[in-house]
Amino acid sequence: MILDGKAPSGRIQDSWDKHRFDLKLVNPANKRKYKVLVVGTGLAGASAAASLGELGYNVEAFCYQDSPRRAHSIAAQGGINAAKNYPNDGDSIYRLFYDTIKGGDFRAREADVWRLSQVSNNIIDQCVAQGVPFARDYAGYLDTRSFGGAQVSRTFFARGQTGQQLLLGAYSALSRQIKAGTVKMFPRTEMLDLVVVDGEAKGITIRDLVTGEIRTHVADAVVLCTGGYVNVFYLSTNAKGCSVTANWKAHRKGAYFANPCFTQIHPTCIPQAGDYQSKLTLMSESLRNDGRVWVPKKKEDANKPANQIPEDDRDYYLERKYPTFGNLAPRDISSRAAKEACDDARGVGPGGRGVYLDFKDSIKRLGENVIRERYGNLFEMYERITDEDGYKQPMRIYPAPHYAMGGLWVDYNLMSNLPGLFVLGEANFSVHGANRLGASALMQGLADGYFVIPYTIGGYLAQTKPGKVKADHPECAKSIADVNASTNKFLEGKGKRTVADFMRELGTLMWNDVGMARSEQSLTHAIKKIPAIREEFHQNLKVSGSGAELNQQLENAGRTADFLEFAELLARDALHRNESCGGHFRVEHQYPDGEAKRDDANFAYAAAWEFKGVGKEPELHKEPLKFENVHLAVRSYK
Amino acid sequence: MSAHASEHGTMTLKLIVWRQAGPKEPGRFEHYEAKNITPHHSFLEMLDVVNEDLIKQGKDPIAFDHDCREGICGMCSAVVNGVPHGGQKRTTLCQLHMRKFKDGDAIYLEPWRARAFPIIRDLVVDRGALDRLIQAAGWVSCHTGGVPDGNAVAVPKRSADYAMDAAECIGCGACVAACPNGAGMLFAGAKISQLAELPQGQVEAPERVAAMMKAMQENGFGNCSNHYECQAACPKGVDVKFIARLNREFHRALFQEAVGAVPSSES
Repeated sequence: MILDGKAPSGRIQDSWDKHRFDLKLVNPANKRKYKVLVVGTGLAGASAAASLGELGYNVEAFCYQDSPRRAHSIAAQGGINAAKNYPNDGDSIYRLFYDTIKGGDFRAREADVWRLSQVSNNIIDQCVAQGVPFARDYAGYLDTRSFGGAQVSRTFFARGQTGQQLLLGAYSALSRQIKAGTVKMFPRTEMLDLVVVDGEAKGITIRDLVTGEIRTHVADAVVLCTGGYVNVFYLSTNAKGCSVTANWKAHRKGAYFANPCFTQIHPTCIPQAGDYQSKLTLMSESLRNDGRVWVPKKKEDANKPANQIPEDDRDYYLERKYPTFGNLAPRDISSRAAKEACDDARGVGPGGRGVYLDFKDSIKRLGENVIRERYGNLFEMYERITDEDGYKQPMRIYPAPHYAMGGLWVDYNLMSNLPGLFVLGEANFSVHGANRLGASALMQGLADGYFVIPYTIGGYLAQTKPGKVKADHPECAKSIADVNASTNKFLEGKGKRTVADFMRELGTLMWNDVGMARSEQSLTHAIKKIPAIREEFHQNLKVSGSGAELNQQLENAGRTADFLEFAELLARDALHRNESCGGHFRVEHQYPDGEAKRDDANFAYAAAWEFKGVGKEPELHKEPLKFENVHLAVRSYK
Repeated sequence: MSAHASEHGTMTLKLIVWRQAGPKEPGRFEHYEAKNITPHHSFLEMLDVVNEDLIKQGKDPIAFDHDCREGICGMCSAVVNGVPHGGQKRTTLCQLHMRKFKDGDAIYLEPWRARAFPIIRDLVVDRGALDRLIQAAGWVSCHTGGVPDGNAVAVPKRSADYAMDAAECIGCGACVAACPNGAGMLFAGAKISQLAELPQGQVEAPERVAAMMKAMQENGFGNCSNHYECQAACPKGVDVKFIARLNREFHRALFQEAVGAVPSSES
């Protein structure tokens, strides 16, 4: 089937303004009659719940953490982009739009990206008004810096904690609505099913993670803001609780999953230290503004201490390969270049999986104090984890799974193919194409929540009668029974292996076969291997305790079961996409210098998959992508 | 660098852990061994190892809160040898590494203990009281949209930096757990100071401090008696000067209330 993204026609500059006018409005007096469920309270969810509550909708919000302030948006360090052009350095909405389309390697919908660029400026205004303490210059105006993949200075930041400060801003707005009674908050609550009635999303089934109670909440619309899925690689920069579960449950109920193979591997993470490792820690790539990336030129130097390798024997490979962008080359390119150096046996540190990030020259040029002022918290973090002093010896970094560009398919209104189901932020697939640029995730989360959903949800609700589905609907009872059955299955298992053991096995397979470099052979291997792991998981799993209490193993068992189904879809999508683009690198498709080689004639579309049963081949639907404003071109950062 | 164990050696540690099946169940200390721990294990990765052993033995693993494991979400929370987060300066429990311990060490593990934080299970407590403090007034009443350009109001750099120092709070609650009075003054003071310092938050400063002080009383927090344990335990180094600011703001609000500018917080 050919999917329609419902992007407005006409001049792209006018598209969002015209569309907002065309959308139907809900009468202010009627808004409180409509109930909206917002799942997840990161940047997208908290901003959406707060804004919808302010408009007068009857909102219920859910998160698995103990407080809405803890969502993983909080971990974003570097900053948030906006086309303010405050530094007068040539930025504009058009340039941000252009950079995002090109950075995404031409696999995003133009109209969505234009809208994102347009509202980026409103986000900064909103956050300032909330009391977000952005960095400022001595005149008291907002400071900016340039950030991975951009040649203008458009990234606003709050020390190394931009995500935290923006989330606390959205959380404060949400808290105000909780007090006002427009939003009811359910922390420590996990969505385990989507309730679909007559083809429309009308509720969710949740598990109260403290009491174990399983119940359904019905509503007029459901908004998923449930983040990304790169924990499918087990070791990633995501929080331990991040999972594909909410998205996967919606997918199983009919929502299409788009471009799952578009995953981002972040270049500046602390390398893995041992097998026991539970997560990988990212350090802001703003470090690349002043740090120089290198490995030894000679393999035999790889085990020597860095200070014993003379300048002439160091290969500053990003500066060598990409003279224009140098150490600021986009994330996918930088990550692959690091892998190539390590595959060439020139990697440093344990297991030879690391490259140096060296501040020696910047410290010489600017002084240690300036570097400390800019990145002090990151150097501290590095030392806490590695026991090494980044001021005295180069840091070691290695790429790690970080972000999911793919997600549930949505149209221009951020509505999935299931009417009434909206998907925001990282959970959807819409604006980053095959690669996300630095400082664009925060921008998208807040754009969707503050400035898109408040308009587009009205377009849907205005055409539905409030309270159509009641809690006693048979679909609710069925959903509760299904969730109970799968929960009990985990608890009744009499196997020998732990959940973490299975998740580690799956993650290792995914990283090796479906990670930074993918081939037909590796993907075919993964597609064969995943069902075997899944089968053993259901036969040989050991979970103790009961369902009627706080049971963290049970939570993880459910998330792992979903990853074991989803992983297969990810690998299938990667196999079907017989081209390289952005974060999806197929070794069969590269230019002689190792750059990703796109196949626009055959793959300039979003691949939206329809669930057909576990282990069954999913059905592919295509949304053709048109590039009328930015012309398809080979992405070059040389 | 305090690498007590050799780089390649592993450690065995004795854990004495508070176990409590539910909010109303009696609790007790249980003894466990953590084996094959390297200096590079994080504290929570050490607990993962212990839990994997317990699960394999058919026992209930130790429940503990954690999420980002990179020191920013504020979810991890346990008292280690009497000190919230384990006592490494400006470090959350998830960022504490086992190189700070040596082979054979005994480690006592307890949940946050404060009247405002009821125990849910083992090391997991309910910190909803902190959310309720923010809900009371820890915000600026601006509606989405309808705000001026971000550069319309200049904010002195020293004010922005001061606000950022206060805003570093991650809401973990270590300050409350460390305080002999179970006070939430550092947490509330940080938010009150951040918003009172910025022009955007000054408008509502008196009402904010009045409402948050009232919420602290209602939610079972004690009062500050200048022990400064909160600052010592804070993984982000939030300064007790923000408690002084809270007190100044509160007295200013009381005065404004006396002259009729602020509605009474008691009503």
